[in-house]
Amino acid sequence: MSTVTHPLAGPDQAPPTGRTPGRRAAAGGGAGARFFNGFSHLFLAVWAIMVVYPLLWVVMSALKTDAEVIRKPLSLFPERLQWDNFVRAWTEGHIGSFFLNTVLVLAGSVFLTMLLGSMAAYVLARYDFPGNRLIYYMFLSGLTLPIYLAAVPLFKGVYNMGVTLPFLGPNKHLMLILVYVAWSLAFTVFFMHSFFRTLPTAIAEAGMVDGASHSRLFFSVMLPMAKPGLISIGIFNVLGQWNQWYLPTLLMQSVAGEPKNQVISQGLIELSVNQGYQSDWSGLFAGVTMAMLPVLIVYIVFQRQVQSGLTAGVGK
Amino acid sequence: MRHGVGRFVTGFLVLPVGLYLFYVVWPFLQAAGYSLTDWGGYSDRQQFVGLENYLRLFTDELIRKAFWHNVFFLVTVPLCTIALALFLAFLLNVGGREDKAGIRGVFGSGLYKVIFFFPQVLSLVVIAVMWQQIYRADGQGLVNGVLMKIGLVAEDDPITFMYDPEPFLGVPAVLWWLLLIAVWSGAGFYMVLFSAAMQSIPKDIYEAAILDGAGRFHTFFRITLPLLRDTVSVAWVYLGFIALDMFALVFIMTPSQGGPNHASEIFASVIHFNAFQKGQFGYACAIAVALAIFTILLAAFQLRITRRERIEF
Repeated sequence: MSTVTHPLAGPDQAPPTGRTPGRRAAAGGGAGARFFNGFSHLFLAVWAIMVVYPLLWVVMSALKTDAEVIRKPLSLFPERLQWDNFVRAWTEGHIGSFFLNTVLVLAGSVFLTMLLGSMAAYVLARYDFPGNRLIYYMFLSGLTLPIYLAAVPLFKGVYNMGVTLPFLGPNKHLMLILVYVAWSLAFTVFFMHSFFRTLPTAIAEAGMVDGASHSRLFFSVMLPMAKPGLISIGIFNVLGQWNQWYLPTLLMQSVAGEPKNQVISQGLIELSVNQGYQSDWSGLFAGVTMAMLPVLIVYIVFQRQVQSGLTAGVGK
Repeated sequence: MRHGVGRFVTGFLVLPVGLYLFYVVWPFLQAAGYSLTDWGGYSDRQQFVGLENYLRLFTDELIRKAFWHNVFFLVTVPLCTIALALFLAFLLNVGGREDKAGIRGVFGSGLYKVIFFFPQVLSLVVIAVMWQQIYRADGQGLVNGVLMKIGLVAEDDPITFMYDPEPFLGVPAVLWWLLLIAVWSGAGFYMVLFSAAMQSIPKDIYEAAILDGAGRFHTFFRITLPLLRDTVSVAWVYLGFIALDMFALVFIMTPSQGGPNHASEIFASVIHFNAFQKGQFGYACAIAVALAIFTILLAAFQLRITRRERIEF
């Protein structure tokens, strides 16, 4: 934005010829606008650096030796790339198994959330029956209540369940899947409900005339029509459940001898506590890197969908 | 036919409603019940004590602290995040050059949007653990390291961040540092939200304004901002919930989960402290019910004051 290349620009410069008189912008045309443009870029760039620099710092620290982390904490360029930090975090830090657990749980829970959520939302949006409003408001009320309120009884309920049905007890994948589904239903139902409402009725009626059953109508006509909504809420649920930490911390504690079934966020908390004692800083950085890179990469690839998906979630 | 519909509706609802009742509604109801007892959480002994737990709330020093800390976050988190997000969105959309087509967004606004959105896809845990390292109270931390290098902070007197209970403007310093993280992680998301809303405002409104001789500041404050009112108020409600839910940061980052010396206690951490460390489940449930009532009142209040006639376009 240097003024050299724009010799016309002076502080009191009249609007350059060619502009319509109506455009004597109050913010000042030429120099003012250019200054403002420069200022915008400067400020935006500063914020961009504030966002990227810490992330980059974590990734680069993950490639240093421990000695280097302590000696030259700020440098972004490791002397030699220490890939074995990742190996150590993956195996000894159990990030590998945490990852696998998270993927296993999410595969089940996101699918079930979407399926059950849209089923419930569809019925509530499209069919009139006694109790419809009641069930809808029951789902809605779950949006405002703080999760901490339910923590203690939820833990007790899951514990008691585990006594009779061990595969639904604490520290079990299937239990966590069901809990995730239940806790994601409120928003999913709320979101898909308003989505199904907006779909035209004519096609559904045509399907009915052709003799399709109610459930067939849902799976082969309405669900495909709701695809944009499903994508938004799907992204929302994947991120939300991937980032969930309170429910697993509450429900996935392994008692001595049991296999560690923790998910990634929980594993990171554990890693950050343990590495603090062992001073394995590079291992910790490697763990954080592995937890954030996959999500960031998926985001960068699908950024348009992710951005619109998440913001649509708020806009409703 | 009628019969078929009934079967279909029941069939579709039974699983979701069942799961929801068992894992969400039932625990909530139980919590409300426990809040009237002196249950410790581990024993089977529990006695009905009526509203005693609720009366205790009003004399509990810790609750009072937590309440004011929550209020602090409730005011500052939405205010700072929305202000910064609006400012960024403004620069992004109005900061570019002017030409015949009107005022443009800055060059590279797409890239900025992608970058600013990064923290939104990171989990709170990743953010907390990362900032724990950034906020280290010695030269190994990112902030202290940088400030020491440029000589703003003495080597033997680093900023203590999470260990600093000293009040700044009447609020413990540790809360201000937590606020910074919340704003850092939220601003980008709301900027994208506001940006999208700004772009959905029809161009001809701007063209009319420009013909009338309005500059970019005028158009922003007189046209864009008023038309964004709906989006901003929705953002305010959401950020209110986020402000109540600062627990992940407090839990992971502060010493003894609410320290130092209870300087960063919030409702959620007090519930956790009472339930799992002091073994007073009944009392913890009473706090939680109070928090729930507080949340619902707040949501109703926010919806009430932000409601206004919509402008359709």
